[in-house]
Amino acid sequence: MTDFTTATRLLTAEEEAPATKVRGYWQNVGYRLRYDYVTLAFAVVIVLIIAMAVFAPWIAPKDPYKTSMAFRLRPVGFRDFYLGTDELGRDILSRLIHGGRMSLLMGVVPVVFATLIGGFLGVLAGFIGGKLNMAIMRTMDVFYAFPSILLAVAISGAMGGGMANGMVALTLVFIPPLCRISETATTQVRGLDFVEAARASGGSTASIIATHILGNVLGPIFIYASGLVSVSILIASGLSFLGLGVEPPHPDWGLMLSTLRQSIYVNPIVCALPGVMIFVTSLAFNMVSDGLRQAMDVRL
Amino acid sequence: MWYYIARRIAYAIPIAIGVTVFCFALVFLAPGNPVQMLLPADASQEVVDLIMKTYGFDRPLPVQYWTWLMRAVVGDLGVSIQSNRPVIDEVLRALANTVFLSFGAVMLAFSIAFVLGTLAAYYRGSATDRGVTALSIVGVSIPNYWLGIVLVIIFAVELNWLPATGMGPGGSETFDLFNWSHFKHVILPIITLCMVPVGMITRTTRSAVSEVLGNEFVNTLRAKGLDELAVIRHALKNAMPQILAVMGLQFGYLMGGSILVETIFNWPGTGFLLNKAILTRDIPVLQGTILILALVFVVTNLIVDLFQTAVDPRIKRS
Repeated sequence: MTDFTTATRLLTAEEEAPATKVRGYWQNVGYRLRYDYVTLAFAVVIVLIIAMAVFAPWIAPKDPYKTSMAFRLRPVGFRDFYLGTDELGRDILSRLIHGGRMSLLMGVVPVVFATLIGGFLGVLAGFIGGKLNMAIMRTMDVFYAFPSILLAVAISGAMGGGMANGMVALTLVFIPPLCRISETATTQVRGLDFVEAARASGGSTASIIATHILGNVLGPIFIYASGLVSVSILIASGLSFLGLGVEPPHPDWGLMLSTLRQSIYVNPIVCALPGVMIFVTSLAFNMVSDGLRQAMDVRL
Repeated sequence: MWYYIARRIAYAIPIAIGVTVFCFALVFLAPGNPVQMLLPADASQEVVDLIMKTYGFDRPLPVQYWTWLMRAVVGDLGVSIQSNRPVIDEVLRALANTVFLSFGAVMLAFSIAFVLGTLAAYYRGSATDRGVTALSIVGVSIPNYWLGIVLVIIFAVELNWLPATGMGPGGSETFDLFNWSHFKHVILPIITLCMVPVGMITRTTRSAVSEVLGNEFVNTLRAKGLDELAVIRHALKNAMPQILAVMGLQFGYLMGGSILVETIFNWPGTGFLLNKAILTRDIPVLQGTILILALVFVVTNLIVDLFQTAVDPRIKRS
């Protein structure tokens, strides 16, 4: 009798709701992220940096372009110049806040474009295979023969610097690795049974790519691209540092570092500040990308 | 094995050719006319045409490429617009300095990363592991051009222990490794450059060693009563090919990527040369330097691959 009641109770309980909730993939990812406090903390840092860049005109205490011959190279905490002034007497704090705009733009935009172009080429090469694959991947191999900074410097150096040229150069630098990642992922998925099944039931190439391939390759591509943002910010600021990126008088962290470098004997601490911003931004993107990779369980 | 080596070398040839095409094309990325830099701004059209003809810019592109390539093969990369010296001489002299710097940085990075990575793998999941992992992420996230400036501020400006720039006393152009007055110039650049390789090599060492430590033969070793140091020695031996491969790659990256650090320390290497060429729009030097650096990178990758095949019998079988 007791056995019977237990059985009924279990049965009804199961009809109402499953005893153990089966979580979907994204629920799992969200669950893992929620308890990953380090990643969450760095995600907050990224949000703050982006907010700072977006709302720069409202946050910055002073005009970042306003020069002042009387107050050049003042130390941290001089009057209301909380972080000092640069070699033209401009407020460092305001320039750091505004500088986030250029630096983030130059760091993020190339990765987005490279993801779209490289991802497209890689999926195409991986899915169609054959001669097209050969043609695309061997071309990419040539660009692999250049260390990324060298390639960026070569292209933007030859084109003559400037922010737009720098972004084109960075995009070209990041297309090959993204293409390779998406090609590898696509080739792996292409051989699986469900793709075969879709083809047998008459799916066109475009629809198979859209419904079956993309869902499986976007994860690795996204994770890899998120990791590249950190590299991109470092190289973009490096280009500006060399005078190949953002042009003066616009505020940019790399450019500020390069002009302030002349004054390290006068005002050492102020000179190091723009680099702190680059470092924190790059570190935050790296940590979040790492956390996402673990949460999404992607192996690259 | 010989088949593998031959195939790997054959594979590098089209890449090297592609690299030369890219470097040749760099001239055409430059805005305006390729001979503009040689001429005064008010040169008449006839003069421009004449110069274009003497330099061969009026001929079809493939012909131009072929002529350029044939010259490059015998070491003629043109003449620097700034110094009027052959590009190849300038690049090779700078290359030696960069090789020295990169090699030193990779060696330093290896000695640090090897210990850290092994510790992290052995004490996996512990506080040591987390600390080492955090350190390796910091290493790859830090802008090395900024780190260079910070080190200069601390050790050259504030403490006055080490020189800020150059490669020897009084703007010396030669380097003597065993002379302290020379050697102290190399300390800061090498520390600055080694950060990224430390991060990368630590990461690889950690994952390679912990993978080996997860194998069953490790249990056997322990069951036979080997002490822990001997176990680690066995694990390292298995992980070594992977670690050395990353080391080789990092060396290649540093060769091409040291432009920022060399600029900060005024180290007369290829990066410094490249930066000077960009500032003065000296396209032949730009082209020649990039060509040589890319070829060095291709050869480094080739050597790393071949070396890995030589020491790791598992690759030969596949």
